[in-house]
Amino acid sequence: MSIAPDKGRIGAAVEAADVRTGRVPLARKLMRYVFPEHWSFLWGEVALYCFVVLVVTGIYLAVFFDPSYQQVVYHGGYAPMRGERMSAAYASALDLSWKVKAGLLMRQTHHWAADLFIASITIHLMRVFFTGAFRKPRELTYWTGLTLLVVAVLEGYMGYSLVDDLLSGMGLAIGWGVAMSIPFIGGPIATWIWDGPFPGTTAFESRLYIAHVLIVPLVIAGLIGLHLLLVSLLHHTQFRGRGRREANVVGAPLWPAQTFRSIGLFLAVAGGLFLLGGLVQINPIWLWGPYHPFLGANGAQPDWYLGWLIGALRMMPNWEPTIAGKTIVPNPFWGGVLFPLIVFGLLYAWPLLERRLSGDRAAHHLLERPRDNPRRTAFGVALFTFTAVPFFAGSMDRVYIQFGVPYEGAVRVMRVLWLVLPVVTGFLAMRMCRRLAAAELRPLRGVTARMVGRDAAGGLVAGPALLANPSWRPRMEPPAGGPPAAAAGLRAAVAQLLVRARRSVLAAAILAAAAVVVLAALAGLVVAVVLAIAAAGAPTWLAALIVAVVLVVACAAVAAAARWSA
Amino acid sequence: MSDLPPPRHPSVEGEPVPPDARPYSEADDPTQVVIPTSPRNEAIVAGLLALAGLLGVAFVVVYVLVDSTPLFGLTLGGALLALGAAAIVAGKGVVPQETVLEPRASVAHPEDEAATTALIRSAGSGVSRGRLLKLTAAIASAGMGAASLATLASFGPWIGSRSVPSPWRRGARLVDEYGRPVRADALEVGSFVTAFPKGADIDLLGSPVIVVRIDPSEVDLPPARRGWAVDGILAYSKICTHAGCAVAMMRYPLFPAHSAEPALVCPCHYSTFEVATGGTVIFGPAGRPLPQLPIRIAADGTLEAAGPLSGDVGPAWFGVNRA
Repeated sequence: MSIAPDKGRIGAAVEAADVRTGRVPLARKLMRYVFPEHWSFLWGEVALYCFVVLVVTGIYLAVFFDPSYQQVVYHGGYAPMRGERMSAAYASALDLSWKVKAGLLMRQTHHWAADLFIASITIHLMRVFFTGAFRKPRELTYWTGLTLLVVAVLEGYMGYSLVDDLLSGMGLAIGWGVAMSIPFIGGPIATWIWDGPFPGTTAFESRLYIAHVLIVPLVIAGLIGLHLLLVSLLHHTQFRGRGRREANVVGAPLWPAQTFRSIGLFLAVAGGLFLLGGLVQINPIWLWGPYHPFLGANGAQPDWYLGWLIGALRMMPNWEPTIAGKTIVPNPFWGGVLFPLIVFGLLYAWPLLERRLSGDRAAHHLLERPRDNPRRTAFGVALFTFTAVPFFAGSMDRVYIQFGVPYEGAVRVMRVLWLVLPVVTGFLAMRMCRRLAAAELRPLRGVTARMVGRDAAGGLVAGPALLANPSWRPRMEPPAGGPPAAAAGLRAAVAQLLVRARRSVLAAAILAAAAVVVLAALAGLVVAVVLAIAAAGAPTWLAALIVAVVLVVACAAVAAAARWSA
Repeated sequence: MSDLPPPRHPSVEGEPVPPDARPYSEADDPTQVVIPTSPRNEAIVAGLLALAGLLGVAFVVVYVLVDSTPLFGLTLGGALLALGAAAIVAGKGVVPQETVLEPRASVAHPEDEAATTALIRSAGSGVSRGRLLKLTAAIASAGMGAASLATLASFGPWIGSRSVPSPWRRGARLVDEYGRPVRADALEVGSFVTAFPKGADIDLLGSPVIVVRIDPSEVDLPPARRGWAVDGILAYSKICTHAGCAVAMMRYPLFPAHSAEPALVCPCHYSTFEVATGGTVIFGPAGRPLPQLPIRIAADGTLEAAGPLSGDVGPAWFGVNRA
């Protein structure tokens, strides 16, 4: 068969592929596959692209890494550590950071990518949960995604445990303690996995390595494949909107627009990760030193995705029930096993629970907004709070060091919050959803009306300007001595945000988060200044008095400026 | 507009039309095609592509000439970001911007379901002794499962009666990390050092002990442990009984009137063990006291063990000895 010259090179390639596979109709259909558009749909894609970066950088690292606990004396590129006794694993991790060109870039990018991988899966999970995207017929998609999160957390933990620096050794010790704590079978299981008592033999490092670089990545890749297959078989969900119905999908086709955008997102994610890997230090292993079981460092914090578990371990009272001298439940079980089992158990069970609670057995392709389903939103917020409290409780030691808040008291307060706060936030979320939904049904309830006048040019005039001027003369220019344009713009933006916060959970959440951050920063600043003045020799009460006076003066100045600008 | 699907459920006279089957009105039709035709966007894409290429070359230059991780990140990350930005600008402002509509049919096939069920069942149409076959298949699965699981036992030993062996015996000398003996007169009140039994592997969990010295008047051991401390010197296993970390911190009151009692603190989860009373837990999640090592001063002034550790080292499990 000769190729017609007018087909061009693309035409020839298409024909060649079709003659050999017969799948061109499928490709044509795929190219018109529809992607509904919403910013919150990005996170799953971000996670996928992080995984690609993880595989690429991981292969690079694996070429240089030596997974062995064999003890060596270090003679590598990091001078302060020369002559130290350490494992070959740690020595090779130091060398790939210091001797291998671009090795440190790859290691740091790998670490950043792991942190972003799990973060984007978590955000994606929250998007799916709060919009009800997990409902029939997508339960399998949801469960594969949840399993991906569990496996990804395990993979990340194994990754930083491989290096065998002081922090990774401490993390492994805790992992061993948690494994030992499983009632009845924990001891034999932990000893079996570690090939003897902790820290185990070099066979354990070899196991950790093969699991981290082969077995678990294969599981993750398989789960991602299954997840994407299920997504594409059922097509995406979409929000309500113009022409969007249960029985259609509206959005951009894969070719051309979505292809370019998605490749762009991949490159941007990879670029951002390499920028982080090059510019922002993460896990400087040469500062931690080699691990030996008799060594420990204060201030050790795990990667962010294990913060909730270390917090739970730290917060538990020392319950350890025994019967006849036998330990039935060793303490790490509560925070390290039972707590994540409860959280993930509830997440796995929620589609079934919700179906039973609501009696809704229909298939859904249109998403709900959080306010459309107050019960689900309240449950999700409560569960999130239930994991967030231990996350923050895990950093109470840093709070003690930074701000001097007594550690033991803070932990006791956190124990109470762990139980109380989920109920409070769940209740608040429920109320917020109901009020937002009610505001949509009766949009004018609770809205303060404003008088509006018309000026000569046909524009609208409102507010004090209107009342101050009985003739309603046009005011095109801000009056001399009035607020500068930037201040007026800021005020308008804040007012706009406040109006939006009445209408949208997201805007309210952003506003609340911003307020918390600003207040926390201010409080931190105040405490830091007080401590700095105190450190310079002044008594603390004097430092606090100085700062208080400065604050009062500053507040007065701001108030005066606000009055002037009004 | 023209290639919209016909309604899937044409209205039968007298029946209401389901909302999803309504035809799309002018105001309801979401489909559109916008062809940007924007030379400005094309110029932006071209600029970004050129920038990506330049940064890629810059990475190679940096790689060859200087070894600088920040520059690697800037050039490689910058190249990828520029390329990504080019693709996104192209995707949003150069190629046709289409909103298309695809009808979504149910993925289920009720007829195929029945036929498939019948097909699966057809395999057993000639079977007369089904129960026997099921039973023997279960036996085969159990046997093969057991055989494959048996090999996994090679991974590690059985735990035995103790999870962590301890090399401490009566008379064992206390030495530091480098094998130098620990002398009693080298320990000041408030200091603490890590010691190991002479000749033992220092990486065994059962090896490291913390040797601390407090004011002898503060020592308040239970009667059964009389004589386990000498001149205010006490020794405890360094491995936390909560999760196995090293108990690496000591809290010693410099101003006794205002401070808490002397204690050993684990930096992992802040289990806190009182020094004076035999390592009892006074805060944190640990469920057992730290095992204590009775010590005495040998004739040459160095420390040695007066007996084994008072309990099992490390985190709890079912078989741990709760002394």
